[in-house]
Amino acid sequence: MPHIQLPEGVPGIVGPLSFSPETAKPMLELAEVLLRGPNTLTSAEREMIATYVSSQNDCSFCQLSHGAAAAEHLGGNYKLIEQLKENFQTAPVSDKLKALLVIAGNVQKGGKHVTAENVELARQRGASDKEIHDAVLIAAAFCMYNRYVDGLATWQPEDPRAYREMGKMLASQGYVRAAEQRPAAVAAK
Amino acid sequence: MPHIRLPDGIPGILGPMAFSPATAKPINELVELLLRAPNSLSQGEREMIATYVSSENDCYFCQTVHGAAAAHYLGDNEPLIQEIKRNFETSPISDKQKALLAIAGKVQKGGKYVTTEDIERARQKGATDTEIHDTVLIAAVFCMCNRYVDGLATWASTDPERYRESGKRIAREGYVRSVDHLPVNTGA
Repeated sequence: MPHIQLPEGVPGIVGPLSFSPETAKPMLELAEVLLRGPNTLTSAEREMIATYVSSQNDCSFCQLSHGAAAAEHLGGNYKLIEQLKENFQTAPVSDKLKALLVIAGNVQKGGKHVTAENVELARQRGASDKEIHDAVLIAAAFCMYNRYVDGLATWQPEDPRAYREMGKMLASQGYVRAAEQRPAAVAAK
Repeated sequence: MPHIRLPDGIPGILGPMAFSPATAKPINELVELLLRAPNSLSQGEREMIATYVSSENDCYFCQTVHGAAAAHYLGDNEPLIQEIKRNFETSPISDKQKALLAIAGKVQKGGKYVTTEDIERARQKGATDTEIHDTVLIAAVFCMCNRYVDGLATWASTDPERYRESGKRIAREGYVRSVDHLPVNTGA
């Protein structure tokens, strides 16, 4: 049961976002800019960073919904997402993305865990300052979203199909629009 | 030296915010709503939560600048902020605020550390659902901001007077306007 009274049957972060629409707005805008805004990293790559960090934070809702969004961006490649969470170093992703995931993993532990060597490796593999910046901020932002979701003990569906639907929605509509299309019952809080 | 090229001499989070204005905007709006907008928790109490979490995350810039804002709101009470960081349970703040700081401290470790006992304690001390929600979100947001600041190895001043000035400016102008005076980044 959630720690505070949230609308029933509303999964994960959508509960607190409905509870507090004022703070929901910039939170969704931030996710939209970071994960779907114009960028040299693809949305799939950025969703993979979000998924990996959420997995390291053991946040079931975030890793499954963003994992589904990443998979849907990749034509439904759910297997890759599993490989990534298990061990991204042996997953079939680019060396640059692996270096950015190392940085993201260190941000998850704490900002000071990111070393000059981590950054140098990413740069050697072709990452720009902007890509390094975005990898750090995506990882940091998911350390926020994950804590919001689990810190309030939100309800999280167990059925994988629920996440596939979310993934499709997030991949096609994005964050701000997906929130606007929430069922009216949810918005009534 | 910062991990990426940031404008020189701009402290803490303001460097990456100048580097990336598109993400700075929602982050500042969120912080403005959480720390300054009308709320049954005072601005001083909310800045205390931000300061405590930043201190637990060992983020020098954030704990010092938000500590300065909190102290300013509380009549320039800097010793109180130091006490809270050392041990808030024995500091002269309300029992409700202590219970909320206990929740914030759990969120800092990870969302799942927050227990129903933590929540029950806050409720018994008079905390509302909104206050509990806001405490969790403030703590979560500072787990982001702290990582943003330290994950890019940003520069921070060590001059306490600069932070006092920043604390006053935050109280006066807030967060959304905090980036107005920064150089516009053209190289990103």
